[in-house]
Amino acid sequence: MTARTLIAAASALALFAGPALGADGSLKIGMITTLSGPGAGLGIDIRDGFQLALQHLGGSLGGLKTEVVEADDQQKPDVAVGLTNRMVERDRVDLVTGVVWSNLALAMMPTLANAKTFFISPNAGPSQLAGAQCNPYFFNVAWQNDTIHEAVGQHVQERGFKKVYLMAPNYPAGKDALAGFRRYYKGGVAGEVYTQVGQLDYAAELAQIKAAQPDAVYVFYPGGMGINFIKQFDQAGLKGNVPLFGPGFSFDQDILAAVGDAALGVRNSAQWSPDMDSAANKRFVADFKAKHNRLPSMYASQGYDAALLIDAAIKATGGKLDDKDALRAAFKTAKFDSVRGEGFRFNNNHYPIQNVYLREVVKGADGTVTNKTVGTAFTNHADAFAKDCAMK
Amino acid sequence: MDTLLIAEQALNGLQFGVMLFLMAAGLTLVFGIMDLINLAHGSFYMVGAYLTAAFVGVFDHFLLALLAAVALTALVGLAVEWTALRSFYRRDHLDQVLATFGLILFFNELARIIWGPVPIFLNPPAALAGTVNLFGLQYPAIRLAILGVGVAVALLLWLLIARTRVGMLIRAGATNREMVMALGVDVRLLFSLVFALGAGLAGLAGAMAGPVLAVQVGMGEQILILTFVVIVIGGIGSVRGALAGALLVGMVDTLGRATLPALFRLFLDPAAANGAGGAAASMAIYVLMALVLAIRPRGLFPAG
Repeated sequence: MTARTLIAAASALALFAGPALGADGSLKIGMITTLSGPGAGLGIDIRDGFQLALQHLGGSLGGLKTEVVEADDQQKPDVAVGLTNRMVERDRVDLVTGVVWSNLALAMMPTLANAKTFFISPNAGPSQLAGAQCNPYFFNVAWQNDTIHEAVGQHVQERGFKKVYLMAPNYPAGKDALAGFRRYYKGGVAGEVYTQVGQLDYAAELAQIKAAQPDAVYVFYPGGMGINFIKQFDQAGLKGNVPLFGPGFSFDQDILAAVGDAALGVRNSAQWSPDMDSAANKRFVADFKAKHNRLPSMYASQGYDAALLIDAAIKATGGKLDDKDALRAAFKTAKFDSVRGEGFRFNNNHYPIQNVYLREVVKGADGTVTNKTVGTAFTNHADAFAKDCAMK
Repeated sequence: MDTLLIAEQALNGLQFGVMLFLMAAGLTLVFGIMDLINLAHGSFYMVGAYLTAAFVGVFDHFLLALLAAVALTALVGLAVEWTALRSFYRRDHLDQVLATFGLILFFNELARIIWGPVPIFLNPPAALAGTVNLFGLQYPAIRLAILGVGVAVALLLWLLIARTRVGMLIRAGATNREMVMALGVDVRLLFSLVFALGAGLAGLAGAMAGPVLAVQVGMGEQILILTFVVIVIGGIGSVRGALAGALLVGMVDTLGRATLPALFRLFLDPAAANGAGGAAASMAIYVLMALVLAIRPRGLFPAG
């Protein structure tokens, strides 16, 4: 037998084996996320949040014994697409989740849609998949990217700031961030600066900010860029003189642990905060901290909620995974005890309608720098792209 | 732009250049003398930053932590040279690139296992946390400290290389290795010393940069690219070239970011200028490198 016939034979066997596996009451989930490189903190938090929910649910989602196949996308779209093909064809997973980055999610979507495999995004919420290219096999359990920026825009507008300095990295999500902010902030702009992705030193930009004398600064810098910027903003003597605002991504637990006091007092926005007062959230935060010896980030909360959503939907179909329309309807109407509290439901484009909260960076009783909820920016907020989506 | 702002931006450029010099000096020494391309130089920078953060937790004293971290990073460098790189001196550059790339992966995973995936905390010592008044200019104290340390290191390196016996051997080794060996000098020992010195310098750069930048896995690779630009511009193997290249890159990068977006606004509409100016500023140092290479293909101060 030649190698080619062997492969053909093996593939044929796999085809027969596939459906049989699904029917024995087990669930296989592909967790494609970023586990190495500078972005690994986010992917690891999503994975750990998801695993904690699975543990809370006794290792089963929707009554089906659940196996999670983990894979590292290295934050590279080509690697993510390769892994998606592998998950669909070889591992024959029932669902895919885990993705952190919007550009990766967009690259993975065609493969998953063709294979009729549901894609539950615990983070990436690109505007494309929310609008005209919305997809029946895509659900986002976190937010549409712009939403978080819109919330701060609204807050800064309400506070009456007139001259805001805007900064973001020079890539699509950076431009979307500032566009989202300006959808609700209508005042003047003292400067709009796009810096290189991964930039280390911000001394030149900080000197320009000082010279422009804005009455507030809004920045979108996730991950390491955020740490660089916040430290240098503080060291330049700007903290305390000019109020700094940002989305939750720039001031979440992954960044706060590294910058400490330098971020104290900053107002930011998110759909969740570690101090939220629900039984579900208290259990999540306490158990995450006990298990991993660090506070969960918003990414961890989204991973946790992704598992709860899958659990609720499969429970509603009675453990049946084959009827895709029934499963989709179950996802759409799933009721689960989200750690972000009441008010979460899916819009027609499979993105959340939810509350977005204002948070302030504070020092907790034990000296940990963390976020505290200080208000609600949006109640039952839907994204700006849902009207372009043809799905009902 | 008023004079104060121009002065501040020039100081920023100088300071960034000096930080790059701390990285570039070690890399260019190792390459010039040992003919070894060491991609893992950035890993020593990361090790220096992580160790400083760890030692600050132990000693609660920044300077002590920094000294301990630099010494330990030099030892780590020595260990790497002994165990992994010694057999690669006679191999071609591609083999060296592969081997040292492997070391990058090794050190990144090691840091993740020891310190976890999330960036860790490292702030300047209290004395350097605020700003200093320089003739009416409020300048961050930590950046002045980096500037001072960088200038001191440049002077010490010059003294070491130009005025001591070891320095003479280093210069001789860079010019003609075979002849130095033939004269009975223990080149293996010399190489080990140079490699440890390079690792120590990278560790110092990491320790000084740690309070200003994110201390995280992969931080070494971000600065390594800039460091390679610096030594290519300066002339590979020349410490003088590394200094000139680092200052040039620091200045061009900082002033480019400070002025190009405003320049583009003169003849483009604001939305397009903001994007194009930012993009042009991030290309400036690579344009500089291309220009230098077109005029002087071996860099500004070629060694040997």
